Amino acid sequence: MSSRERILGRVRRALADVPQDDPGYEDAVARDYLREHGSRSTEETVALLAENLADYRAVVHRCAADELASVLARLLAERKAAAVLVPPGLDEAWLAETDVARVPDRAESGAHELDRVDSVVTACAVAVAETGTIVLDGGPDQGRRRITLVPDHHICVVRVPEQVVSSVPQALERLDPGRPLTWISGPSATSDIELDRVEGVHGPRTLEVILVG
Amino acid sequence: MSGTFVGMPAFPKAAHEAVGNQTLRANLRHATHTIRAKRANAVAEVSDWAELREAGKRIKDHTLRHLDRYLVQLEESVTAAGGIVHWAADADEANRIVAGLVKETGESEVVKVKSMATQEIGLNEALEAEGIRAYETDLAELIVQLGKDRPSHILVPAIHRNRGEIREIFAREMSEWGRPAPEGLTDTPAELADAARLHLREKFLRAKVGVSGANFMVAETGTLVVVESEGNGRMCLTLPETLISVVGIEKIVPTWRDLEVFLQTLPRSSTAERMNPYTSTWTGTTDGDGPRTFHLVLLDNGRTDTLADEVGRQALRCIRCSACLNVCPVYERAGGHAYGSVYPGPIGAILSPQLRGTGSEIDASLPYASSLCGACYEVCPVAIDIPEVLVHLRERVVQGGPVTREGNKVVLKPAKGHGAERAAMRAARWAFSRPGALRAGQRLASRTRRLHPRTLPGPGKAWSASRDLPALPAEPFRDWWQRTNGGTGDEGTAK
Repeated sequence: MSSRERILGRVRRALADVPQDDPGYEDAVARDYLREHGSRSTEETVALLAENLADYRAVVHRCAADELASVLARLLAERKAAAVLVPPGLDEAWLAETDVARVPDRAESGAHELDRVDSVVTACAVAVAETGTIVLDGGPDQGRRRITLVPDHHICVVRVPEQVVSSVPQALERLDPGRPLTWISGPSATSDIELDRVEGVHGPRTLEVILVG
Repeated sequence: MSGTFVGMPAFPKAAHEAVGNQTLRANLRHATHTIRAKRANAVAEVSDWAELREAGKRIKDHTLRHLDRYLVQLEESVTAAGGIVHWAADADEANRIVAGLVKETGESEVVKVKSMATQEIGLNEALEAEGIRAYETDLAELIVQLGKDRPSHILVPAIHRNRGEIREIFAREMSEWGRPAPEGLTDTPAELADAARLHLREKFLRAKVGVSGANFMVAETGTLVVVESEGNGRMCLTLPETLISVVGIEKIVPTWRDLEVFLQTLPRSSTAERMNPYTSTWTGTTDGDGPRTFHLVLLDNGRTDTLADEVGRQALRCIRCSACLNVCPVYERAGGHAYGSVYPGPIGAILSPQLRGTGSEIDASLPYASSLCGACYEVCPVAIDIPEVLVHLRERVVQGGPVTREGNKVVLKPAKGHGAERAAMRAARWAFSRPGALRAGQRLASRTRRLHPRTLPGPGKAWSASRDLPALPAEPFRDWWQRTNGGTGDEGTAK
């Protein structure tokens, strides 16, 4: 007998007490919890996102769509970045005002190559105001998961208000489980040493979020 | 479970020694009180906590009650997404599968993201026996691994170490495992974290095989979820060419939507955050992004035996948040090592004796590692009634009875060492059913009360070692009642 059959057999014998007419999934699970916490205007939801991102030590900027290129150029200059990683589908206009060398995200570029890059600029799939979270789904303007992980500086552009939702339930509805997702709330952090929070162990130590719109 | 803990003394002895360690007690007190207070604030932020908790409980209960169906569904959806599913009945089989998969890649080292399941089966030791080196990459796990130590907390495995000890471990051991610690390393957390970053980065960048667990598996979509803070999880899940995930069969949720409950309750209950810094989800493999090969090893190792116990099965709802550890007065003083298992604290006291059976001395003692104060049940985000299961397991240890071990029904003998307790209970039953004898006994006890010892002799000694014997009144209540007519007589009238 295979282990598969053995385990499934054990499970079935263990559940001999469960009646045939045990309630189905829809009836068994109460969903009395809230779809979002509190009621806010669109502008207040965006403000809450900014507040919660900052609370988790992300650096938050806000600008109008026509200012984005200059803001990005300034942030890369302040960081003294010599090279910036660019996902294949990133809007070219975003980097129009900077002359920092572009490094394309190619499938064949190894982890060591990514390690030599200073900064990465991406868009996002959705942002969650209540938790201060940005979610990347590997779309063309976000690139593979590794590009936002290995470089030490990540700039993420969120289009407001259309990419912002209030809550975790609302975010899950918008996301495709078939894609690899990365939920990011503030930069990498650890509290493993006497519970003192330290930013950055393995992921980018600096996360900058630009809310555009 | 892991051989690491073979020969562990029973809980009372281990706890007694730990309580004498002043540094440990101070570290633990600071840590548990800090997390406890933060968690209460994080939970108070959401007005629907009670409803989220109830939903989480019901989702998990429903899944467990139909686990066979959801396991088959999960297998189908993971396979359809390009993953390969393996089934492991016990620790040995899981270790064999993982070692075999690593050997197939031709590699002799793996990077690991912290996982309770792989600790439970002793995977690192099993891989080492096959010539494969496993690098723990979570900062706390790294401290534990370099210190040749054992984890003592589910969430903060190195909670028992302070910064001075960590600096010393890094300076001494890092060179044995790879990049040495920087010269002149101080004990500030930022510098220590930086040393870990440099030490581990060289391993991440060359790693070809990653090993992980998972916090959740979605039956409907075949999606796996890992929740973390540091980014070492993302490194292990995305940089290697091969990813092997070892996950307990109880970690299933039926639908994608169910994650909306647990992604709200888990971070707030564990690290007391609105959301943990990183959550990764993956469904099979994705072309050009992440590992090309994905293996899922579904682990039983005592879970089906636990499932067979109608009272005890609720322990399988556990989402490993560790909130129960941080509120437990026993854990706070005894620390995690005293529990002799990778699952310490209240949840460990009910999970370990069910996964492993109560055959060993340490497992038979774990249901007693509690004051039954109920704080663990109050904080549990999936409402596991830990005190109820503790009492149930105590009854099993003392009385024996039918249990399931490795899928077979067996009848457990009463544990040794509880003979005096059973004799006392039998005597009590006899006396309570004979009013005359009870009255005579009580009178005798009252009249001789000045002669009573402060501790019990013989087999009762262990009981009175940690408790004061109750003081006896000068007159039994029954005599007083008869003499005063329940307080309405001449004497002893209530004023």
